[in-house]
Amino acid sequence: MPDAAPGSDTTILALHGISKSYGHLAVLRQVTLAIDKGEVVCIIGPSGAGKSTLLRCVNHLDSVDSGTISFEGRPVYRYPLAGRMVTDPDRRIEEVRARIGMVFQSFNLFPHLTALGNIVEAPIHVLRERPDAALARGRDLLAKVGLREKENAYPHQLSGGQQQRVAIARALAMNPKLMLFDEATSALDPELVGEVLRVMRQLAAEGMTMLVVTHEMDFARDVADRVVFMADGIIVEEGPPGAIFSAPANPRTRQFLQNVLDRSGRLQANG
Amino acid sequence: MSFSLHEMISFLPTLLAGARITITVSIVSYVLALIVGLAFGIARIIRFWPVRIIAAAYVQFIRGTPLLLQLFFIYYVLPYTGLVIAPFPSGVLGLTINYSAYMAEVFRSGIQAIPHGQWQAARSLGMSRRLLMRRIILPQAIRIVLPAIGNFFVSIFKDSALVSIIAMRDLMFRGELLASATFKYFEIFTMVAIIYFIISYPTAKLVEYIEVKLNVSDQHMQGPLGHV
Repeated sequence: MPDAAPGSDTTILALHGISKSYGHLAVLRQVTLAIDKGEVVCIIGPSGAGKSTLLRCVNHLDSVDSGTISFEGRPVYRYPLAGRMVTDPDRRIEEVRARIGMVFQSFNLFPHLTALGNIVEAPIHVLRERPDAALARGRDLLAKVGLREKENAYPHQLSGGQQQRVAIARALAMNPKLMLFDEATSALDPELVGEVLRVMRQLAAEGMTMLVVTHEMDFARDVADRVVFMADGIIVEEGPPGAIFSAPANPRTRQFLQNVLDRSGRLQANG
Repeated sequence: MSFSLHEMISFLPTLLAGARITITVSIVSYVLALIVGLAFGIARIIRFWPVRIIAAAYVQFIRGTPLLLQLFFIYYVLPYTGLVIAPFPSGVLGLTINYSAYMAEVFRSGIQAIPHGQWQAARSLGMSRRLLMRRIILPQAIRIVLPAIGNFFVSIFKDSALVSIIAMRDLMFRGELLASATFKYFEIFTMVAIIYFIISYPTAKLVEYIEVKLNVSDQHMQGPLGHV
């Protein structure tokens, strides 16, 4: 396990012993994980493992019951202080969120705004960028995700793959230090998955720090610096993709990969 | 029964002057009720719970008592507490309070109809509650509730006849006055009915038209999962 000490120079995000329950159901149990700047970490695992909850805790869409999340070396959102959990003021939480991009399974574009409108909304109203500068940058981002000609299209006029690419551009417009992807391709028709993964690959190649919850094993194997396997709210195993995919140490990891890879019929040689 | 067209025409100026007051009181009350209703609609979902409780109590209490009684309270009961309000502001106040409670419910349901994903996406971009309400949630919610809100105008226009009982000289009041003075109940109340109808019917049609227009442009709001 890599050094998870918060505050180390290269660490951008450190989760230390975070737990989260819904009633009696423990969704996260003492999860500890650190992400370095520029690192791409893929989280895989069966549904109900707590992968999405973990991601949602990272930008406080869910709050942790205990443990500490440190971002850029500082504890954020809700953390133990002098023996009890304290919550940051809203303002501080919003500042941190603005520095972390999130891409959702269901895109969640704003339906009353155009593609470009979606992208510039937060830069103009949260970062208070000048509208003309935000628009220029928004157009660049649309071009980057291959949708230069779609700036005036409303979300309903776009395919799922296009919507998700706009959603990625919208998150990038905030100049995030970390990007979270929550099963970004799971809601897409199979033929549209590729275009979104291409954008994500490009982003990884440019050095973006990414925490990716995915069922796309090819993507995890090719792009991730590190793969984390979660089940029942804990990190069962983590390591470089080569090690996880070809020689999983834990029987649960082996079982999971067996099921997934058998079903997809790919990567058999590596299984 | 003999109709005298000449006589009926002679009633017209009085009735039309009343109609002007009816229209004025309706528009003023409606606009105020929109503002108050929106405020209470938002207050009902605010995080600070005492505000939520107060807003819920207001909405439930107002909706649970008759408009006529509310008007009586304002005009006949408040003076006992030393607060005397003239007929016109009394009528506006009563209609505003009554309609704001119904509008609050409509606004609240519209806001709550916006999928959670919209809130989450806005929050993940660092938006404050206030900003995401103003820029993301309300523009979508208002579109959803516009037909219902539009129909309230037709209702408030007709319900405004109740203000005649607190001496406001609206269309209904003048009709009654003329009728009891001339005993031409049939002619006068028929005229009153016609005047109400020729105002409310086109208004209802206009609301319907706006609704259809909005439904067309609502296509803009169809999300990938088919919800608004």
